[in-house]
Amino acid sequence: MANYYESSDLKKFGEVGTFAKEKMDKFWAYYNDVTGTDSALSKREKSLIALAVAFAKQCPYCIDAYTTACLENGSNPEQMHEALHIVSAMEAGIALVHGVQMQNVLKSKGAM
Amino acid sequence: MNTDFSSKIENAKIDFSPKTIDTLQLNLTKMCNQACTHCHVDSSPRRREAMSHELLERALTLLEADTRVTTIDLTGGAPELHGDFKWFLSELTRLRRRVIVRHNLTVTWDPHPLTGESMEYLPEFFKENRLEIVSSLPYYQEYFTDRQRGDGVFQKSIKSLQILNRLGFGKSGSGLILDLVYNPVGPFLPASQKGLENDYKRELKQKFDIEFSKLFAITNMPINRFAYQLKKLGSYEEYMEKLHTAFNVSAAESVMCRNMVSVGHDGRVFDCDFNQMLNMDFKKNEKSLTLFDIDFETFSKRTIQVANHCYGCTAGEGSSCGGSLV
Repeated sequence: MANYYESSDLKKFGEVGTFAKEKMDKFWAYYNDVTGTDSALSKREKSLIALAVAFAKQCPYCIDAYTTACLENGSNPEQMHEALHIVSAMEAGIALVHGVQMQNVLKSKGAM
Repeated sequence: MNTDFSSKIENAKIDFSPKTIDTLQLNLTKMCNQACTHCHVDSSPRRREAMSHELLERALTLLEADTRVTTIDLTGGAPELHGDFKWFLSELTRLRRRVIVRHNLTVTWDPHPLTGESMEYLPEFFKENRLEIVSSLPYYQEYFTDRQRGDGVFQKSIKSLQILNRLGFGKSGSGLILDLVYNPVGPFLPASQKGLENDYKRELKQKFDIEFSKLFAITNMPINRFAYQLKKLGSYEEYMEKLHTAFNVSAAESVMCRNMVSVGHDGRVFDCDFNQMLNMDFKKNEKSLTLFDIDFETFSKRTIQVANHCYGCTAGEGSSCGGSLV
């Protein structure tokens, strides 16, 4: 195995259902219903959310798939970069807010 | 790709025979003031191919004799750069048919590549002849538009659209049609036509006070310059696979080639503009036929020629010179 991640592997996702097929079928039905339809959220909004999750989880397959999906659902690079910055801001905020826990411990040790 | 297009429509039992000929599309010239990355015609300021005066007269004769053709669709290149453009338009106006001109918006501001003539008369000329204007504007933002069509194209296009609006084009109630065309900047399918139209209308109105009639979303066809770009990016196979996967039966049943004839600059006749660029012309006994050899009745009884590029018209919502099909 030359690399753990190959872009061509994305096409093989369906092969995961070679075993335990009924469970994968249920997953696909759920997945396609949630991500691939216009409902309370539009497909465009759903694709931007999915792209943001892809950044947060740092999944190269998902970034590839949802960058394309965002374009094909009418988003533009400006909007997609804003989604990226929301993830970055959230990640930073999540790290910083945990500073409260650190401070709680510091206070319990009499160090603050 | 799993299935060639011919087998695909045969397996799906889709009727691909001509229905009628209501549209005559004429590729007046390959000359254009621009050289866009997606252009399947490979047009540029250096191209010189153009229809002869005799060929245009032949088209007028056929139109006079056969009233089933209700729409004449003038394309190129930039059709306005043809030396007989003004004369031909005045003749078409006399025939009282619907005339569409595929106007790239920037041709108004660039001097004629051959003669240096100013083209700034065009907006008023379009109004005098009550032409329907169909204009490519790849996006409502500068970034995608200039990336596809060249630096400065967006600003020139906006200036043209504002002038066309002032003359009444695209304004509701004016009866003057101004449609815009979106096509993706790269190897991806267009978004929903309706959603994009809403975006264009909102953004162009807010930012530039521009109005237009309808938006057509068109899929990039994997031939000529765009195919070369795909191959250069290593994306050709992936794009073809995408088109194949997105095959839509409803779109396939409504493809434009079932209602039209496309004529090349040399008079050869084709099922559509794309077959024209691939030299898939109408032949009899191995001989290429031209508009001088046939009439619309003969052409309406032909067998439509297909190849794998036809997946471009049947993917997703479908694609045609008039936008999506479903």
